[in-house]
Amino acid sequence: MSSIRIKAKERKGMVDVKSLMKHPMETGLRKDKSGKKIPEHWIQDVTAEANGKVVFAAAFNTSISKDPYLAFAYAGAKGDTLKISWKDSNGATDSAETKVK
Amino acid sequence: MDRRGVLKVAGAVTAAATALVALPRVAFAAYSEKAFKQKAGADALQNAYGANATTPSDQVKLKAPDIAENGAVVPLEVQTDMEAESIAILITENPSPLAITAEIPAGTKGLVKTRCRMGKTTNVTAVVKSGGKLYTASKEVKVTIGGCGG
Repeated sequence: MSSIRIKAKERKGMVDVKSLMKHPMETGLRKDKSGKKIPEHWIQDVTAEANGKVVFAAAFNTSISKDPYLAFAYAGAKGDTLKISWKDSNGATDSAETKVK
Repeated sequence: MDRRGVLKVAGAVTAAATALVALPRVAFAAYSEKAFKQKAGADALQNAYGANATTPSDQVKLKAPDIAENGAVVPLEVQTDMEAESIAILITENPSPLAITAEIPAGTKGLVKTRCRMGKTTNVTAVVKSGGKLYTASKEVKVTIGGCGG
């Protein structure tokens, strides 16, 4: 299953998008039980595409909370294919798609 | 032209086409080490937007709690009715203040909602880039328990 959950709903020509991404978002400042620093590991880039066109793109720092929440709105329509993808500091990626309701 | 030559040309054309297709993505600001690792908000803005002159504006609306009991998850919302090109959030007292930059293409609302970590009581500044200029709104958030881990 994808690490991303998306809710997208159209209202008066604007699509409200809410997304939750499952990710530890390690800051690099936290220590484990033995006092060793846990290396930083966080989502750096998030891109949202509606029918293949970029409608929102964000860059995150480690100060974004664990399991990041991101919401925005774009001019779109019911039935749009909305794809959200992320890339983290280790180069890992994930994406999810949904149909706008 | 022999077969090898043909293949080379075909390869070059494909590479060029791929580069062209890939370009629009590059146009959107991706994560920038230079901007996000800065220790001062002004330096972060300079590296993210090439400018750090800001004007406070009541057209930039920042929603943040007065008191955040848990600094690990502080809900923040930036909204503007201006023609925004980009929106950023600075958390002044954090080790690296720039928390997020968001590109707002035409047709997308000037709106970003997310949740941030705050190490201690801090000023939060919402930055909206519009018409090449930076407009801001700030608010202090009192943090009871820091959320940066340390």
